Amino acid sequence: MIDVRLGATLRSMAGGRESFPVEAGTVGQVLKRLQGAYPELSPVLHRGVAVAIDGRIYRDSLLQPVPDGAEVYLMPRVAGG
Amino acid sequence: MELEFTTRTTFDKVGTRPPRPDGTDKVTGRALYGADLAGADMLVGKVLRSPHAHARILAIDTSRARALPGVKAVVTRDDFPDIGPEGTVKGEVEENLWDVARNVMARDKALYEGHAVAAVAATSTAVARQALKLIDITWQVLPHVTDVDEAMRPGAPLVHEDMITAGMDPAPEEPSNIAEYTRIEMGDIEAGFAAADVVVEQTFRTEAAHQGYIEPHACVASASEDGVAELWCCTQGHFSVRDMCANILGMDLASLRVTSSEIGGGFGGKTTVFLEPVALLLSRQSGRPVKMTMSRDEVFRASGPTSSTSITARIGATRDGRITACDASFRYQGGAFAGSPVGYGAVCGMAPYDCPNVDLHCYDVVVNRPKAAAYRAPGAPMAAFAIESLLDEIACKLDIDPVELRLRNAVKEGASSVYGPTFGTIGFVECLEAARDHPSLEAAPGPNQARGIAAGFWPNYGGQTSVTVNVNNDGTVLVSLGTPDIGGSRASMCLMAAEELQIPYERVKAIIADTSALGHNDTTGGSRVTHSAGLATIAASRKVIDTMKRRAAAVWDIDVDAVVWDQGCVRPSGANAGDHEPLTFDAIAAMAPATGGPIAGHAEINAEGAGASFAVHVCDLEVDPETGRVTVLRYLAVQDAGKAIHPDYVEGQYQGGVAQGIGWALNEEYIYGSDGILQNPGFLDYRIPVASDLPMIDTVIVEVPNPGHPYGVRGVGETPIVPPLAAVANAVSRAIGQRMTETPMSPPRILAAIDQAP
Repeated sequence: MIDVRLGATLRSMAGGRESFPVEAGTVGQVLKRLQGAYPELSPVLHRGVAVAIDGRIYRDSLLQPVPDGAEVYLMPRVAGG
Repeated sequence: MELEFTTRTTFDKVGTRPPRPDGTDKVTGRALYGADLAGADMLVGKVLRSPHAHARILAIDTSRARALPGVKAVVTRDDFPDIGPEGTVKGEVEENLWDVARNVMARDKALYEGHAVAAVAATSTAVARQALKLIDITWQVLPHVTDVDEAMRPGAPLVHEDMITAGMDPAPEEPSNIAEYTRIEMGDIEAGFAAADVVVEQTFRTEAAHQGYIEPHACVASASEDGVAELWCCTQGHFSVRDMCANILGMDLASLRVTSSEIGGGFGGKTTVFLEPVALLLSRQSGRPVKMTMSRDEVFRASGPTSSTSITARIGATRDGRITACDASFRYQGGAFAGSPVGYGAVCGMAPYDCPNVDLHCYDVVVNRPKAAAYRAPGAPMAAFAIESLLDEIACKLDIDPVELRLRNAVKEGASSVYGPTFGTIGFVECLEAARDHPSLEAAPGPNQARGIAAGFWPNYGGQTSVTVNVNNDGTVLVSLGTPDIGGSRASMCLMAAEELQIPYERVKAIIADTSALGHNDTTGGSRVTHSAGLATIAASRKVIDTMKRRAAAVWDIDVDAVVWDQGCVRPSGANAGDHEPLTFDAIAAMAPATGGPIAGHAEINAEGAGASFAVHVCDLEVDPETGRVTVLRYLAVQDAGKAIHPDYVEGQYQGGVAQGIGWALNEEYIYGSDGILQNPGFLDYRIPVASDLPMIDTVIVEVPNPGHPYGVRGVGETPIVPPLAAVANAVSRAIGQRMTETPMSPPRILAAIDQAP
């Protein structure tokens, strides 16, 4: 079980809830199962997110394994100048 | 990603300072920038821009312009396909294309003074300018708003009549200029302030600043009758330009080839499109190449500066200097379209500190100004201005050294970041200690002088990157990159390839290839290239080594497992490998045609593991109490680079960020009249710092290796501009005894503050 948490800037878009448990082995599975199980996350997922696994930030890496018990955060996609 | 590594700490070539490969062409004037490109039968494209801050476009009549001899094409909103309001196109385009398309050419309304409303292509500049005067537009001038706080007030003129604030629960029933609201909460804010012995609160304002790149936007488009087109332009990301133009114009990606020119500065401002889709349409309509260049006036009025902001912040701390709580309201305008960098700005302001109770309210606001674009660490300098100023206030109230105050609250590995994830290996404490121990802090400020301290943070990211490493038969190496070089990446990639291949740096050259030559590359921005293109270059170089080992093993007729790569040679290894003379890199390269053909390595990656970057700045300055003029006496920038591949460029990034930050702090501002018209669209009235305004900027490169990169690299381009606004403000405030809360801290503002000082 992965306890997916919303980064601080995304929480208010999902009604303030912080934690979303899912069974998943990869980033892609995390996002797909969140979409199915938590309709309130649609606004967050629709705009595109990065996924932080144990502090390391992944963008678009759907195949990235997510270890069981890892710290997983959804975050806005970082850009820059 | 396939590349497996342990971060190394000893190097042969990385960390040295060889001459920059682009230096000769740049100092001799041979380098080709966007406006230097030309084509046979090329036309000149010019844009007609709105003279009004906000006006409905009732009709556009181009008939008189089209009839002018020498005019070959005229485009307006009617020539752009409707791509629908579905927002950001998924894939590599990060911007909302519906907005970008409307920023490129106004549709029902001109949303700011300078908004493009038509364009012409003609046989000369004079004819094009004459044609613009012959375009008849029927306007309905509307009320406008250019100030972020005024735009948020009930009854303010609406930039978009149908904009309902996103992120509010319940959603507002009435439209407003607030595009989005975001709340960032952590801990118990009430308990946090209850535990504080000292609480400080202020409202801060920053005016919009332009990136100030010396080279204006420029491009040449050439569209063929068969639907294929080529585009040359100065950009930080030619793949993104291709994707945005193709999506806006309804082209497929393979039909548009984009080549990036040398770039005369970008700093985030060249990460989007302005002229390029227009030039493609003009070329398509005329059947001839079209060159478009912005004047400096157009750069100011129609490209993207950073947001102006209004921030109210409150911080509580115990009497021993532990931060207990921070709440704040961040109000950023992003110009006429949603998307100001308020969210990341807010979290970057507090990210350096281990604060258990946070409550941040973020408002993304639209006004009648040009659409804001990225500018180094978008959104962070303004937030740091507020947060770091309040920390300085706390340090003064508690009589604690400002570096020591930050050390007591600094995040370390294992701390939770304010944006969520736990920090890995970071170097903020090391930066603070390096600043504290630097000799420049031994100088005691004199009369009317003071020292300001501030910190900064940027998270960095990796992104998609493709690199090819080609080995020539003479043993030289060509690295093909898809990330325009705005900060020395060609030199850095050559150093990393040379390090991996164990050949001299001088034997490696790098080019920026066009969009047809490589897989997709994300834009050069966000401090990502040295990290991500470095990863790809290292991975591609290792594939070259693997190929060379296989070739040598085949020549020796032994198993590839029986050879090793050692000091630029393939050597036999092990008892059964036989007695063979080592084959050098050059020897294997020379044998390539006869041993299987060209040797090359490719890497196509989505780079992860970018390490966060922290900085600490120290500014010593003097305020003339008679004139309000500020003279920066000394400036020290300390920052964690993880590993500096080419230290000259790293120091240059630190110094450049400081120079821009000092300008933003002291002089630079967009000045709007009551008519909503920009009053200072030129470098005479929008004053960026020149060399005589600045001291020699001292730097310290802290190296806490990033475990997410084989050499420990962290991006360094964003963070240097985060602390300067606050570092300068803290120094000025201490010098005059009055807290400065608004940028630019121009002489009139400083004199007014001196008058108010107790």
